[in-house]
Amino acid sequence: MERRKFITKASLSAVVGLLGMDIVFGELIPNKYTLLAFQDTNPYQLFNKNKEMVVLNDKPWNMEAQAHLLDDNITPNSTMFIRNNGNVPEIIDVNNWKILVDGEAVNKQKSYTLNELKSKFKHYTYQLTLECGGNGRSEFNPPAKGNQWTIGAVSCASWTGVRLKDVLTDVGIKDTAVYIGYHAADTHLSGDTAKEPISRGVPIDKALQDETLLAFQMNGDEIPLAHGYPLRLIAGGYPASASGKWLNRISVRNIVHDGEKMTGSSYRVPKNPVAPGDKVKDEDMVIIESMPVKSLLTYPKSGATFSINKKLNIRGHAWAGELAVAKVEYSIDFGSTWKLCDLKKPVNRLAWQHFSALIKFPKTGYYEVWVKATDSNNISQPMLVPGWNPKGYLNNACHRIAVKVIE
Amino acid sequence: MSPKHNFQESVKEFYKLLVILFIGLIVCIGLLLYTINNPKNNTSVDVTNTTEYVEVPEIEEDYDKIENGIHVRTGFVDGEGLMLVVQNCTNCHSAKLVTQNRMSKEKWLATIRWMQKTQNLWDLGTNEEPILNYLSTYYAPNQIGRRENLKDIEWYELEN
Repeated sequence: MERRKFITKASLSAVVGLLGMDIVFGELIPNKYTLLAFQDTNPYQLFNKNKEMVVLNDKPWNMEAQAHLLDDNITPNSTMFIRNNGNVPEIIDVNNWKILVDGEAVNKQKSYTLNELKSKFKHYTYQLTLECGGNGRSEFNPPAKGNQWTIGAVSCASWTGVRLKDVLTDVGIKDTAVYIGYHAADTHLSGDTAKEPISRGVPIDKALQDETLLAFQMNGDEIPLAHGYPLRLIAGGYPASASGKWLNRISVRNIVHDGEKMTGSSYRVPKNPVAPGDKVKDEDMVIIESMPVKSLLTYPKSGATFSINKKLNIRGHAWAGELAVAKVEYSIDFGSTWKLCDLKKPVNRLAWQHFSALIKFPKTGYYEVWVKATDSNNISQPMLVPGWNPKGYLNNACHRIAVKVIE
Repeated sequence: MSPKHNFQESVKEFYKLLVILFIGLIVCIGLLLYTINNPKNNTSVDVTNTTEYVEVPEIEEDYDKIENGIHVRTGFVDGEGLMLVVQNCTNCHSAKLVTQNRMSKEKWLATIRWMQKTQNLWDLGTNEEPILNYLSTYYAPNQIGRRENLKDIEWYELEN
């Protein structure tokens, strides 16, 4: 598919919608010209982000939230992390946008326009947790290369779309299908048009889950450009890189998808535990599937000072990849004792769950409030950084905040 | 030639002269108006026009400015090999991808090899050694243990 489309009046109106303003003399903009708005170096304006979001990288754009920014039950665009491997597509021709379903394991390849997708299949809306596989990377020692995410590369927005399984059923897939791989309209940083920045996917069983969507809406509106407009694969509970943005092709494979960032050490961890800093051969690495159990204290913001006469309300979210969270506990004595938090059931499968507690402190002084979630298989978060791995994935160590209790 | 014919010739000549004079006059008036209205020749100070003048920043001079030991444009630490790193490492990706990472010389080399193998990075030739030395000197790993103390805490009064 041709990546850069000639700007037609039609596609321009889509761009206008994204920018939220009118482009005067829009029809006179020459072919392949990059609108100044997309060359903007202020990512807060460009992507409509909260001023407290942290930019990790500007080429390509990568931004993360801070814990207290993620207090909403449903993450709005303003605090949703951005993880890009390549350049955001400059021009989206939404009227001519097509999604092709092909691969060794389809009976016959088939393509759908966005309108066909929307009108032919039933719509579903789910709140789905997306966490970057490298969230927490900054804590590994020795350090792993890549964007040094702290805790903010996670979100749980409300996604609306059609079930991938309904589309795959309509296309017709063979028994030989083992994996699906996505392809998208973002471009490689080197400018090499033969290279894809990222082309990952999920096992066919995950692809056929009810909650695996071809989404065209986020939080009831069109998906923001940075998050995959106009179409995004959403596979909640898996590393967010499996949820391909700017989607234009799904390949149903008879082998484990071998696209960019599926092979080598990308989004893989050692199959057996290794010592920190060990070299691990590619063949000894396995693909990350379900993300591990984790939780985040989103209120109060770390650094709260309050009177000994007051109780402290804490709250946050917990999630467990493909599983549910069974309990969340808190500790104010570095794990010596744990107390249960109140925990809500998930709105739907793969949505994060909300917890809260009311804490009375015994005396004045410096405290850390730690939270620990346990999944439905009775696996808990570690207080220390978990097993070292070469690329620094899956750090699900307990989150904690500092508070000071005064007279 | 008859006198009548002579007269007609003279009228024609006179008429031509009049046309030329008239065109000349128009040109003169045009030039005069242009001169009066040309802003370049306008010596009177027009206060309302001052907003149209935009100060042109002197980019060239400050392009590679160093402030407090930091290369302002990229955020790199100033040190031997800085410009080689700027020239070779910020074409495809942001300097932030370098400055947020900490690696040993061996790991930086492995990263360069990976970029050469998969990301179209060119052969660095004799620049490779000084680039590696710069990176492993200024962006070397810190020993952070298994869990660091909380740091940079901004204390505030919690309102109920």
